[in-house]
Amino acid sequence: MTFAGLTPNQLLFILQGAGWTVILSLLGFVGGSVIGLPAAVGRISKNRLLRFGIAGYINLIQGIPLPIIMFLCYFGMSIAGFSVPALVAAAVAMTAYCSAYLAEIWRGALMSVPKAQWEAAECLALKPFQRLTHVILPQAVRISIAPTVGFLVQIVKNSSYAVVIGFAELTYTARLLNNSTFRPFVIFSIAALLYFAICYPLSLYSRRLERRLKRG
Amino acid sequence: MTALVTFKDVHKSYGTLPVLKGVSLTVPEGRVVALIGRSGSGKSTALRCINGLETIQSGTLEVCGRKLHEANCDLRHLRMEVGIVFQSYNLFPHLTVEQNVTLAPRLTGKASQAEAHEIARKVLEQVGLAEKAKAYPEQLSGGQQQRVAIARSLAMQPRVILFDEVTSALDPELTAEVLKTIEQLAQSGMTMVLVTHEMSFARRVADEIIFMHQGVVWETGDGSMFDNPQTPELRQFVGSGL
Repeated sequence: MTFAGLTPNQLLFILQGAGWTVILSLLGFVGGSVIGLPAAVGRISKNRLLRFGIAGYINLIQGIPLPIIMFLCYFGMSIAGFSVPALVAAAVAMTAYCSAYLAEIWRGALMSVPKAQWEAAECLALKPFQRLTHVILPQAVRISIAPTVGFLVQIVKNSSYAVVIGFAELTYTARLLNNSTFRPFVIFSIAALLYFAICYPLSLYSRRLERRLKRG
Repeated sequence: MTALVTFKDVHKSYGTLPVLKGVSLTVPEGRVVALIGRSGSGKSTALRCINGLETIQSGTLEVCGRKLHEANCDLRHLRMEVGIVFQSYNLFPHLTVEQNVTLAPRLTGKASQAEAHEIARKVLEQVGLAEKAKAYPEQLSGGQQQRVAIARSLAMQPRVILFDEVTSALDPELTAEVLKTIEQLAQSGMTMVLVTHEMSFARRVADEIIFMHQGVVWETGDGSMFDNPQTPELRQFVGSGL
């Protein structure tokens, strides 16, 4: 039994690759959130040193192509004496990449909450952290959901750069399969379809969220 | 009668632009003081100094026994005793009316969940909006939102409430309902400082009216000062306003 000239095992292999793409994207998003949220808050802090430090980190990451970050994480860690699996190196690279962009998206959302809201919270004797968590963040989250989901699409597509360090995600498995079957058009079409199947629902959802937000 | 607010020769400038040039005034407990004057006369700045939203550069400012001119003044505790209501309401849009009102008492440890609920019921009744407890701010008219903002301030059981042009964003009908609420509050003995452009309201409600001009207290008096201004500046201000 074959499908487009591929055996069930070969198809399963490429589907597994798609599974790892989803896992790597999720790891990148979760890791990126854990670092990106405090970074976003730090970017609007009164502390200049903190602000500039975080801005430096964000600019640095945004100024380096993702494949280079992948290489740096993979070989950097092995030079430092840690022999890590490609998944770990890829996840660290994706975390760094996602954190820099999520921090900027969320900083924008935090800054779009009117200053008067901070002032009102301050005048009600709330502590700085309470102002943030009870007044500002809930409003910023509402604003940031649509662009965040939109960015998930970028994460999924850019996770394909893990191919450069040999992590067996969708692009890598597709390439590997092509090397053994020599049917590039069929195989990369399948890969494209799978990426599309992951990304398109996210784009749709993001657009729906945006419309809902506009309606208020 | 003890003074809750005492300005002594207070100076403040924004960069090189002086806004307060030696303001001295007192607000005794239980009194209603109205600050009037042209835009740029420093009345709103003076009001914002009272709860530490603006810092002063020289002179002394004492509010509820706290010295605001000292660098280590505990602003958070000051704000438990000094409420403020803004021109633009500034309610929290993601919270219901009741949550808006109970947020500060709960977070500052002034009240438990149950007590806060009870406080909310009481203050919302006071401003005539008990039935709106579950509504969100966007579902209310401007006048109702401003009354919720007053209730939110009252929920902290402050010793003095500041009103910063609270009716300037409202049409005459809604202005009337907010002013009625403030007037009832005045009758209950609450100490209040109002920055207002509603001259007839100031005249009716305020125990003392302070006319500010060019960053200083220019003339003070009760409602009758409008009939008999002592300075040409107040005469001109009253003439243009009424």
